[in-house]
Amino acid sequence: MTDRVKILVDGVELEAMAGASVAAVLLGLDRAVLRRSPGGPPRGALCGMGTCFECRVTIDGRPGIRSCLEPCRDGLKVELDA
Amino acid sequence: MSRAEKTSITIVGGGIVGAACALALARADLRPLVIEATTPGCGATAEGMGHLVVLDHDQTTLALTLRSLELWHALAPDLPDAAEWSGAGTLWLAEDSTQLERAGVHAEELRAVGLDARLIAGTELRALEPSLAQDLVGALRVADDRIVYPPVVAAWLLERACALGATLLAGVRLERLERLDDAEELIFADGRRQQSERVILATGLGTGALLPGHALAGAVQPRRGHLLITERTRLKVEHQLVELGYHDSVSARGATSVAFNLQPRPSGQLLLGSSRQDGSADREVDALVIARLIDRGRRFVPGLPAVRGLRAWVGLRPATRDGLPLVGPLPERPSLILACGHEGLGITTSLVTAEIVAAGLGAGTTRVDAHALRPERLLEESALHD
Repeated sequence: MTDRVKILVDGVELEAMAGASVAAVLLGLDRAVLRRSPGGPPRGALCGMGTCFECRVTIDGRPGIRSCLEPCRDGLKVELDA
Repeated sequence: MSRAEKTSITIVGGGIVGAACALALARADLRPLVIEATTPGCGATAEGMGHLVVLDHDQTTLALTLRSLELWHALAPDLPDAAEWSGAGTLWLAEDSTQLERAGVHAEELRAVGLDARLIAGTELRALEPSLAQDLVGALRVADDRIVYPPVVAAWLLERACALGATLLAGVRLERLERLDDAEELIFADGRRQQSERVILATGLGTGALLPGHALAGAVQPRRGHLLITERTRLKVEHQLVELGYHDSVSARGATSVAFNLQPRPSGQLLLGSSRQDGSADREVDALVIARLIDRGRRFVPGLPAVRGLRAWVGLRPATRDGLPLVGPLPERPSLILACGHEGLGITTSLVTAEIVAAGLGAGTTRVDAHALRPERLLEESALHD
């Protein structure tokens, strides 16, 4: 049985599988838009493997983290720029 | 192993220099064979800034870059959008009146060879580039320098060459060369062989490995550089901003030197450089060098630290001892032609290199004096005593 953990996304508590990537968890909840490009167009995970840099979010106060490479753990705080 | 029919010209290396040579030779109906170990334009070609710049630190470099910019402007209308041909020119920034005076001398020299180059000072400079530090005394504006995205250009040049009869073998690694009577035999990693009357080595840092035991085997060495690309930003920068101290950085050998160089990309991102370090082929980013780039950068563009950095990387420039590329046949082995060692001017001078190589093969002419680029110059009596 996989561990379930609680993460915070823009202040809202969500349940996630421990170790699943933040991008995958958000996508599973239909949160595909993770940020906005200057001027407004929506952006989110594209490659899913850390090379495109499109999935950047703020994790525990640190900006510019690739969410496709960040594993979920209990108490993790995600802030989107969307 | 099977042996294909002997071909007349083979170009080893599908980077920007090899690609430019391929197009020049294909245009002359020479149907070159191009051998690329991985993917076109993904080596050193992809590591730099793609700044097309006239540099005048010596007469040969001035002649090469001047002719190069002519060729680039002629090519520009045909380039695809993805090549990102853009820019408003270069601004060489002066921090004090001594530098500004020097800039004035450069301006005269560049105007004398027909360039749109002039000094900009005070209010005009601030109007041109509002993001610059207020205390800069002035700048030399070279209006016709430009920017491109080199990997796309290299791939496009090869595409055009193939449309004119060139053949590209990508994913094929050349292991070694064997000299024949009046030709070369190429032996590939998979054991296949190919004979070619002439072989052009546009192989940058890989050149030495193909000349084992040769006096020039160590002629091309890595000159390590760091770059940082930012997120898209609203910080407005129109020109490529380079400090005049860049000239000193390029000629200095020894420990890592940093010189401000900031390029606005069409995407709205900023590309920040530049650094130079000899004697290391380490591809790991040195955070201290990045910190120095940002530190130097904020002196010229105070708003820079507020822009978010996205990614940093290390590139290895293929450099020679005297700062000029090796272009020309090996005198004792005329079937082997070098086109390598372009250091930080590989993108800029790729087109004139192709012109020189083609002229050497009787396919076209060049007014550039290529004598200064002859490979054997590094072995000549006077050079050995340096």
